[in-house]
Amino acid sequence: MQLSKTWDAIVIGGGHNGLVCAAYLARAGRDVLVLERRPLLGGAAVTEEVFSGFRFSVFSYVVSLLRPEIIRDLDLPGHGLHIIPLESTFNPLPDGDYLATWADADETRRELYRHSPRDADAMQEFGRLMQRMAMAVKPILGIEPPDPASWHPRDLLAMGRLGKHFRDLGARDLHALVKLMTMSSADYLGEWFESEALKAAKSASGIIGTFLGPRSPGTAYVLLHHYMGEIDGVFRAWGFARGGTGAVSEAIGSAARRFGAEIRTEAAVSRVLVEEGRAQGVVLESGEEIRARTVVSGLDPRRTFLELVERQELPDELLTAVERFRFRGSSGKVNLALSEPPNFTALPGNGPHLKGAMAIAPSVDYLERAYDDAKYGDFSRRPFLDIVMPSMIDPTMAPPGQHVMSIFVQYAPYHRKGGWDGRSREAFGDAVVDTLAEYAPNIRSAILHRQVITPADIEAVTGLSEGNIFQGELALSQLFFLRPAPAWADHRTPVRGYYQCGSGTHPGGGIMGASGRLASRAILADGPRR
Amino acid sequence: MVQKCNGGRLTLDAIRTTPFHSRTAPLVRGQGWRRWAGYVVPTSYDLIHELEYNAIRGTAALIDVTPLFKYRIRGPGAAPLLDRVVTRDVARCKVGRVLYTPWCDAEGKVLDDGTVTRLEEQDFRMTSAHPNLRWLHQNAIGFDVEIEDETEAIAALSLQGPAAREILMGIAEGESEADVEKLRFFRATAARLGGIAATVTRTGYTGDLGYEIWVANERAESLWDLLIDAGAAHGLLPTGLLAMDVARIEAGLLLIDVDYVSARHALIEQQKSSPFELGLGWTVAKEKAPFVGQRALEAERRRSPEWAFRGLVVDWDSLEALFGEVGLPPQLPSAAWRTSTPVYDAKGQVGYATSGCWSPLLKKYLALAHLIGTHAGPGTELELEMTVEHRRKRARATVVETPFFDPERKRA
Repeated sequence: MQLSKTWDAIVIGGGHNGLVCAAYLARAGRDVLVLERRPLLGGAAVTEEVFSGFRFSVFSYVVSLLRPEIIRDLDLPGHGLHIIPLESTFNPLPDGDYLATWADADETRRELYRHSPRDADAMQEFGRLMQRMAMAVKPILGIEPPDPASWHPRDLLAMGRLGKHFRDLGARDLHALVKLMTMSSADYLGEWFESEALKAAKSASGIIGTFLGPRSPGTAYVLLHHYMGEIDGVFRAWGFARGGTGAVSEAIGSAARRFGAEIRTEAAVSRVLVEEGRAQGVVLESGEEIRARTVVSGLDPRRTFLELVERQELPDELLTAVERFRFRGSSGKVNLALSEPPNFTALPGNGPHLKGAMAIAPSVDYLERAYDDAKYGDFSRRPFLDIVMPSMIDPTMAPPGQHVMSIFVQYAPYHRKGGWDGRSREAFGDAVVDTLAEYAPNIRSAILHRQVITPADIEAVTGLSEGNIFQGELALSQLFFLRPAPAWADHRTPVRGYYQCGSGTHPGGGIMGASGRLASRAILADGPRR
Repeated sequence: MVQKCNGGRLTLDAIRTTPFHSRTAPLVRGQGWRRWAGYVVPTSYDLIHELEYNAIRGTAALIDVTPLFKYRIRGPGAAPLLDRVVTRDVARCKVGRVLYTPWCDAEGKVLDDGTVTRLEEQDFRMTSAHPNLRWLHQNAIGFDVEIEDETEAIAALSLQGPAAREILMGIAEGESEADVEKLRFFRATAARLGGIAATVTRTGYTGDLGYEIWVANERAESLWDLLIDAGAAHGLLPTGLLAMDVARIEAGLLLIDVDYVSARHALIEQQKSSPFELGLGWTVAKEKAPFVGQRALEAERRRSPEWAFRGLVVDWDSLEALFGEVGLPPQLPSAAWRTSTPVYDAKGQVGYATSGCWSPLLKKYLALAHLIGTHAGPGTELELEMTVEHRRKRARATVVETPFFDPERKRA
């Protein structure tokens, strides 16, 4: 027991970004301690045996955005990470038909052709454009956002480089990018496709995690964000982690330990020790004080700036910006333990469609109506559902022959009129099961156990403010040099030695790890003492 | 060659199907088949082999490996004959053990590689990639043995992946269940699987936990059905050769005709390789009865071999930079390649890679390469030729020991 030990760095929060940051710091030879409030690592990327024999990726449920350079740098496969591709999508429709996409391009083209011969061709072009857009945006994920209002040579240089990068895209791609940045996903997709089912299926990825509808401007960017996922050099590729998303956190944690980091669970931090404008360590809820030369917060901006440090340590503009930072959690989860797989009326039986992503998003109107419910303060009576069954591909998640189903549900507003309690939670769960049962009637009798998670539950369990899965909305007004606040988008804070590494910082969102990596680079660039 | 069929009619017998064909054929959605030793077997069942690969590493895969050549060698002279042929020490191989081994010509150059299973004291099964009946007979002169070509009488399924043991135990009857459970790496046991008499070996070509199951042709279909039923709840997938090819590279297992040329087929001397040059030095037993090629191999052992067979890991940053020059993200091969590709150091060519793949599991670009001995030390930085947008480039690559992937469960 070294009571008086001073660590090089303490990372608050053992979510995936905190762990990534810790692993990189440890790799660079820093003496790092990670403090996690819960008994298990991962934050929102956890696998838990919620019901005996049934293991769930309780919150975050798919992997795609995790940066390939992080997988390589930390040798995550060597620490047990195995990502299995989600090869297909399946959207049952109210008229008894369905829309699917498959791993094979020809098979997908034929399927789309059934719905619209024109869209089948348009999809090829659209896919190419989105790939080019993802290539265009990708470099941004790996840099500290320059502040366009700053005259600092570093910012000017970076702005210059960025300007050149975008000019080099050429007129067509640049125009397309600007449209993506400004339009609604429904409008944008409307320029490309005529099939309602296809437009709906695609626009669904533009609303995930936001408090916006498919017709709200800005959602086209979220659509692009979901195209940036990259597996083995292929964009728009999604997968499961074998063993659930908790396995991602475990792998990163294991890598961090291998590099020498120490990780303590059930160690909730109550505040950051600040003396003379410099972070000196943390105080745990238990009262224990741990000293460190650098403190990194993996928590969201609200907790990082408004809870962990005293207001007087921070400039007013920053406080205001963080107070205005929008969280507005809009989604929930329903996790089901099933005695048998769902039997979809549109495509009966235990087919390959069950191994991929399934969604209830039959039309843009349907999604917009679901948003209407939320806009006026309630959960959607007929919500958008994004469904995966990891046990189809990774049977260790459930007892043999039985299954786990993860249902991401939108909308479920954090600020629900009347609030969230046991009754509204179950009513929300019922709306989800009723919706699914319209397409797969056997689901009701197949349910062995049901876990319903509202945004209030997400906040209570993971600590994500207002249950926002991205630590703050992925809206353009909250991205890049504005994430989380102007002038403080470089993972530093006004308190010397205090840094931020959560997904509420650039580039944010999803199990990406880029925020954690960029923060570690800022810390290492500043040297042992900033 | 012509063969008599049931109806007494004559049919051409150019290409054969395995005894599992009635089961595999309806599942091969993409009509992808590959010829293997005069048979056809599926390259992949689905249109894309990705999930099959993930079954090998994540759940369990069922692979038809019937085309392997199989010889039964019985009698008092069986052990001495095999000891004379292969490089490993068969005399010291106990009943119930399997040896992986190459065998050589008199000059110590590899003819073939395969397995030798000691089923009983005087009863062995040998598997090989090429026909070896004549070779066995030539060496059998003076030995009291009976050599039977079982190639067309015995069907074989390879059950590979983390769930393989559980699936197999689920169909093993009575004592067989315990026999399967405790079956160690490279061991064999007789087993009753749902009423079917089979030999089970803890072997495979994937470097994972896995078994190969050997049955009489007549029971092949029943065995397939039994495994498919029992495996369904464990995520068992019928799996083709494309997926297995990636797995075997990750496991650093070499493939005849791809990674080396049999001395029997080599037209020029430099096409031949000794076991030492193929990374199989460990299979050349030091103290054993005389065997074909022994003198040459002992001499080679003393003078240290000219070539080494090693793993190469292509440096990602280098790959990204090469493709970045033309504005592309790295274009990775979706299947294993087997085109001989030059390997360089700063001064010139120092070897050639014979197989390579992108490992979806390890997230690394891997290759198996023949390297001049002086350039084969682990950690050596070399360059692998790579075609980037039709232009020859060189990507940095590091020499590593194989296997690239070696999970504990393989031996556990």
